[in-house]
Amino acid sequence: MEMMSGAAMVVRTLKDIGVKHVFGYPGGAVLDIYDALYAQKNVEHVLVRHEQAAAHMADGYARSTGKTGTVLVTSGPGATNTITGIATAFMDSIPMVVLSGQVPSKHIGEDAFQETDMVGCSRPIVKHSFLVKRAVDIPEAIAKAYYIANTGRPGPVVVDLPKDIVNVSEEHPYQFPEDVTMRSYNPTLKGHNKQIKKAVKTLLESKRPILYVGGGAITAEASDLVTELAEKLNAPVTSTLMGLGAFSSVHEQFVGMLGMHGRLEANKAMHNADCILALGARFDDRVTNNVDKFCPHANIIHVDIDPASISKIVGAHVPVVGSIDEVAKQLLKEMGKIDAKAQKEKVADWWEQITQWRSRKCLDYKKDNGLIKPQEVIESLYKHTNGDAYVSSDVGQHQMFAALYYPFAKPRRWINSGGLGTMGFGLPAAMGVQMAHPEAVSTVVTGDGSIQMNIQELATCMQYNLPIKIISLNNRALGMVRQWQDMIYKGRHSHSYMDSMPDFVKLAEAYGHIGIRVTKPEELDEAMARCFAAKDRLVFMDIEIDQNEHVYPMQIKFGAMDDMRLSKTERT
Amino acid sequence: MRRIISVLMENAPGSLSRIVGVFSQRGYNVDSLCVAPTDDKSLSRLTIVTEADDKVIEQITKQVNKLIDVLKVTDLSDGHHVERELMLVKVATRSELIRAEIKRNVDIFRAQIVDVDANNYTIQVTGTSDKLDAFAHTLSQSTEIIEASRTGVCGLSRGEKALRP
Repeated sequence: MEMMSGAAMVVRTLKDIGVKHVFGYPGGAVLDIYDALYAQKNVEHVLVRHEQAAAHMADGYARSTGKTGTVLVTSGPGATNTITGIATAFMDSIPMVVLSGQVPSKHIGEDAFQETDMVGCSRPIVKHSFLVKRAVDIPEAIAKAYYIANTGRPGPVVVDLPKDIVNVSEEHPYQFPEDVTMRSYNPTLKGHNKQIKKAVKTLLESKRPILYVGGGAITAEASDLVTELAEKLNAPVTSTLMGLGAFSSVHEQFVGMLGMHGRLEANKAMHNADCILALGARFDDRVTNNVDKFCPHANIIHVDIDPASISKIVGAHVPVVGSIDEVAKQLLKEMGKIDAKAQKEKVADWWEQITQWRSRKCLDYKKDNGLIKPQEVIESLYKHTNGDAYVSSDVGQHQMFAALYYPFAKPRRWINSGGLGTMGFGLPAAMGVQMAHPEAVSTVVTGDGSIQMNIQELATCMQYNLPIKIISLNNRALGMVRQWQDMIYKGRHSHSYMDSMPDFVKLAEAYGHIGIRVTKPEELDEAMARCFAAKDRLVFMDIEIDQNEHVYPMQIKFGAMDDMRLSKTERT
Repeated sequence: MRRIISVLMENAPGSLSRIVGVFSQRGYNVDSLCVAPTDDKSLSRLTIVTEADDKVIEQITKQVNKLIDVLKVTDLSDGHHVERELMLVKVATRSELIRAEIKRNVDIFRAQIVDVDANNYTIQVTGTSDKLDAFAHTLSQSTEIIEASRTGVCGLSRGEKALRP
């Protein structure tokens, strides 16, 4: 057996697992591991400027590839700085492994320098965690961490490594574990046959079916199967914020995103459906609005790999535990050949109704001669990227505008913090995307609030030549907070404006990048063209937009799914 | 409603804190908790008593089951089961009269005096939580309870049903 130090084992295990990139920041407790990284070329380390960004980069990397993202940080503040990033990944079920340094075993519990109980701190926001106590256990703990992170319902896993066990001066035998399966962990992938039969019967009896697709369909790489299912049933398809792209947004059966800022036709179709097939979606409060008034006519078939998600918020009539790809295959097989013409006739009235809702054109907005509208920026972005960019987003109004006005035709193109709503997520996520896809166009849609939460990463972008395109919708305010203050707090804009905005163009230039400021609608197209022409450079687009624009449609609190405001003056 | 959740899990560091975490994070109540390794030392069996309605119990069992270290979860109160709790209670024995009264009650409740000191008895009693409550109440009527310690409920299903890996 090969002999090596604990630190060398960490790096070797990563290599044997096939990890190519690690996002991290060194410090006292992990110096040995960093020393082991120094002498090798298998694992590329990306040095961030703040550990939170390392977690978001690993997250963006994971979301855009399906592979597990890896983070390496030191003990204490290094570890706690990743907490927001871990929570973000946890809420959106993103596979991630965080390797955190820890003070030497004998000092654990002594309040040693840079000591935190990382396993304890992270416990509510991880899928699992390991505190490794012996060097020889390192390979198995790390291999298990990757296995757990990216099977079943994915999620972040923390591996805490005390400094003494990674000590470079002691050598131990290295053995990569052959088998990491566990008797206590066996995710169910295939749906129960009886439930599949019941689901198909319910679907085929339905006259007003709808597919409600969530992030689980992306995780399971089930886009083609979901599309086949939708086409076979000739059913409308709606998507959660997390599911965008799983079913093509340019498909004629797509009725748009649903929920708080969903499209009118999507929420109407949900509310009036007689059968909802939920595929990897979790009936989140940003979807359901008032649960008591949620979709009163529908038989709900809930497919999810996580049994705990089923009937957690809305009771399912037909619960099916399984991964979306396997269950979709089973559903298709059980359906067999169905008469396409008869099926089309069965849902003809339903489509007629949907067409009527669509004709309201809820996404129309009024352009302005003097001020740039946020919606037209996203439309311009769509045009200049041929609808085929990776779009990472921060959190706020710009996030909703991007989700609504950039139709995603493919999965894994829309990268956003849906569950936790983490401002500061966008830029580092886009960097992770760019690391994973060096040739692709990686953009961030952000705002003047969000971008400043991880702006320091502009330096990392310079160091690693990441030609990200930052589309910052600058409204000199925290737009979504301001919108709520307008709507609910009589326009009292308590601390939602920024009185000392930096010059973002100069800031970008100070970091060595290109900055472009746009203030007039007629300049937008040309500026966007210049931005995307600079292929090898990071471009920071500081776009001054209308401060008073609100995101519509918007559900009305305590109402049903389809109780919505359609503009500042109109409602359903 | 009072429920008894029984959990079979890996006897590994952190397992217990994760289970307790599920309860505290979600605001579920823990009335009692009893945990120890099983006949197979690599496994632990944990019994939690909680007050919850059907919907909450469904979530609790699902969330506990979701933990990586957990092999099996069952709601014992869902069917026929045996449940026991053990209490050690130290009582003051100030007079001959009190000592006699305590001894009588110990016999009636089929408890045992396990330690005797000049001024106190330590008594062990097992049974359902109700019986233990009743015994403590009875003792307190004739003397002063100095201290008491209870294990919390542990239980098994009756008949063929069993939690095995």
